[in-house]
Amino acid sequence: MSTVTTADHHDEHHDHKPTGIKRWLFTTNHKDIGSMYLIFALVMFFIGGAMAMVIRLELFQPGLQFVDPQFFNQMTTVHGLIMVFGAVMPAFTGLANWMIPMMIGAPDMALPRMNNWSFWILPFAFLILLITLFMPGGGPDFGWTFYAPLSTTYSNDTTALFVFSVHIMGISSIMGAINVIVTIVNMRAPGMTWMKMPLFVWTWLITAFLLIMVMPVLAGVVTMVLTDKYFATSFFDAAGGGDPVLFQHIFWFFGHPEVYIMILPAFGIVSAIVPTFARKKLFGYASMVYATASIAILSFLVWAHHMFTTGMPVFATLFFMYTTMLIAVPTGVKVFNWVATMWRGAMTFEVPMMFALAFIVLFTIGGLSGVMLAITPADFQYHDTYFVVAHFHYVLVSGAVFSIVAAAYYWLPKWTGHMYDEKLGQLHFWCSLISVNLLFFPMHFVGLAGMPRRIPDYALQFADFNAFISVGGFLFGLSQLIFVWVIIKCARGGEKATAQVWEGAEGLEWEVPSPAPYHTFGTPPQIK
Amino acid sequence: MAKTRGWRWSLPALLLAGPACASGSNLNMTPGVTDISLQVYNLHMTIFWICCAIGLVVFGAMFVSILLHRKSRGVEPATFHESTKVEIIWTAIPVLILIVMAIPATRVLIAMEDTSDSDVTVLITGSQWRWHYEYLDYDINYFSILATPRGQIEGRLPKGENYLLEVDRPLVIPTDKKVRFLMTSDDVIHSWWVPDFAIKKDTNPGFINEAWTQVNEPGIYRGQCTELCGMDHGFMPIVVIAKEPADFEIWAKAEEARIAEIREEEQRLLALQMNLDEQMELGERVYMAHCAACHQPNGEGLPPMFPALKGNQVTMEDRAEHIKVMVDGRPGTSMASFARQLSLRELTSVITYGRNAWGNDTGDVVQAAEVYEYMQGKGSN
Repeated sequence: MSTVTTADHHDEHHDHKPTGIKRWLFTTNHKDIGSMYLIFALVMFFIGGAMAMVIRLELFQPGLQFVDPQFFNQMTTVHGLIMVFGAVMPAFTGLANWMIPMMIGAPDMALPRMNNWSFWILPFAFLILLITLFMPGGGPDFGWTFYAPLSTTYSNDTTALFVFSVHIMGISSIMGAINVIVTIVNMRAPGMTWMKMPLFVWTWLITAFLLIMVMPVLAGVVTMVLTDKYFATSFFDAAGGGDPVLFQHIFWFFGHPEVYIMILPAFGIVSAIVPTFARKKLFGYASMVYATASIAILSFLVWAHHMFTTGMPVFATLFFMYTTMLIAVPTGVKVFNWVATMWRGAMTFEVPMMFALAFIVLFTIGGLSGVMLAITPADFQYHDTYFVVAHFHYVLVSGAVFSIVAAAYYWLPKWTGHMYDEKLGQLHFWCSLISVNLLFFPMHFVGLAGMPRRIPDYALQFADFNAFISVGGFLFGLSQLIFVWVIIKCARGGEKATAQVWEGAEGLEWEVPSPAPYHTFGTPPQIK
Repeated sequence: MAKTRGWRWSLPALLLAGPACASGSNLNMTPGVTDISLQVYNLHMTIFWICCAIGLVVFGAMFVSILLHRKSRGVEPATFHESTKVEIIWTAIPVLILIVMAIPATRVLIAMEDTSDSDVTVLITGSQWRWHYEYLDYDINYFSILATPRGQIEGRLPKGENYLLEVDRPLVIPTDKKVRFLMTSDDVIHSWWVPDFAIKKDTNPGFINEAWTQVNEPGIYRGQCTELCGMDHGFMPIVVIAKEPADFEIWAKAEEARIAEIREEEQRLLALQMNLDEQMELGERVYMAHCAACHQPNGEGLPPMFPALKGNQVTMEDRAEHIKVMVDGRPGTSMASFARQLSLRELTSVITYGRNAWGNDTGDVVQAAEVYEYMQGKGSN
């Protein structure tokens, strides 16, 4: 894909952006908003991470030492909510903001004012959520999945604030998704046909459709929780003709596509990084697009695999077992394509590539334990144990989070104009890789041996593994401080980055100078 | 790695874990003690080895590529980037593997769901945070509550070998008979899991779920609640004792007699006056077992979810309301009804305890007849 870029530096001369705090409050620039999303996600990653540290501290030894069970439950709940809605999703939205317009040759996002708003309501959502922790009765303590009636009849009075906070997060996500779709559909540069779009753009387009389809479902279910608790409805109360299992059906109809919302953009990132550092075109571009679309469609047909123990009819259980197993097929295609891309390439191993390679291996491990979880009779033994905790942390931490970190290293030179410190980056990678496995791999064993999740104290046979896991957790938490240092160092200075940055990099974002000018592609490039 | 059943990764683990998990493994799923649990274990191991094989092939190819196809070796990158044939092959092979896996999984699942022709039926009711077992074929029902002392949990006492996996009254079932479980809940969703039987089923309030087991070996089997059910979710274990059918019948007769005796004693109790000391002693034990988790051992509660009883208007003044709350619970809150959970004697004593402990010192001595009168008056029990 070769392009003819017209010079767009003239934009900087008549750029009247305000300075100071006003620049950030009123900005409609996709790069500013992207940066804010990314910084916000990083802050949330550390707040959610601090909560994980509290959890691991309490679980370091059997017995109750540091926190009471109620606070422990608040920690597991808010940790989950923050990591899903505050860290992973905003980080992907930040990357979308920064990269999608540059990748498709557009001057900005299609709806810049909405873009500003979708970011600026987010801090308030999380402020509300975090404030509840300091209110009488404490924050939400019913798990991030907030199953009724634990979240309705039996929850504390801050539940209303939890509901409003989730509403705001949902509105933000929906606006972000609409923006992505409108931008991609309308603002591609001439010649950028659908099948020429970079995979990151494709995966985000499909993710955005998932978002606008399922976030309203989440809004619906939290509203039903609100009215059940405060306005005497009985959606989930059997005594009034409702059904607590209905909650789970609605929640997971949102929740399963949500899982793919957090992983499809990761696929896009890895599909950008692997070819760059293998110096070879992505293998099976078209099949990657079709596989992504298949995963998205299948994601609407598998929700009840989270609910095998709720007592569904055998017929329904079998249906969901088969559809869940099917998801392994397109996911497998993606992994095989990445390996085929590396095959007979000429690889180098800079930090983004290292994180991308770790992603492929560790995400695949999480995917394989996912196939095991699909086998319903075995799932009866795995369900709600640490085996599940291991599974979803492999796909979310060493999957989604690793891809975000890889993306940050990959595009940092484009964003800041400086190369990051390669040695520090490699240190960050190896510390993260080792500690993340110390942290999550033994969880498979404690889960299989019978330790339920979401418990503040446990039987003695789980003690050694838990101490081990906690140490892994603390090390992983500390390792991320190196990341912050790398980012700060890179933002302040360093070796000047070229426009292409990486020898094997291809695509429009590598044809504008580094750092990318405040406005890019004021005149659309022509793609041949 | 998971195949190394029985392997312990350190000496302390061996010492602590040996007795605690009857079926031995510290690293892997238990094969359990029923035909079904063994089939589930076999399914688990089959899919595990298949996953290992897939991992070996994929990661193997990847690492060979990482070793050989690196720029530092001076290789020139190839230019191929597409092959429909290859894409079809690596779509078709996983589909075949999955079909091979789905067939035995379907067979086992259908067997697990067949609850027909059972010999014994037990209704299991979950509530925050205890299990209630009711034998539908016998006149037996009782609660089963965590037996680990609070001192062990808070680190004041050394932890026993079955720490958090011990209850006051285990569920008792016969071996070699098909036992059907009906499951429901009084409040939130719980989940009844005994790994050795490969049973994990949610107890949904207002609905009844079914499961079954047929245990091959007599023994003690332990499990836990596995659905987050509030504050003490980690503290509602399950213990099942499987006895030979003859021994089970002996146990059932004795249990029926014990329950009948409690009823008779209750009738006698109505005419009796219990003194304050006697009630305070029993009341404290009942309070620590049933109430202290929420209202705290010092009576100060965890406001606003769990109000303080110390200096509370109800415990200090409104005696009738105190009895009412204990018997009926407070609908819409976590305060459950204790009419079924406690004997009349226990109920009476714990009310008296609440009115005199932690400096409440009302001097009130509630009598069984007074509580009984309220229960009869509203037609309950």
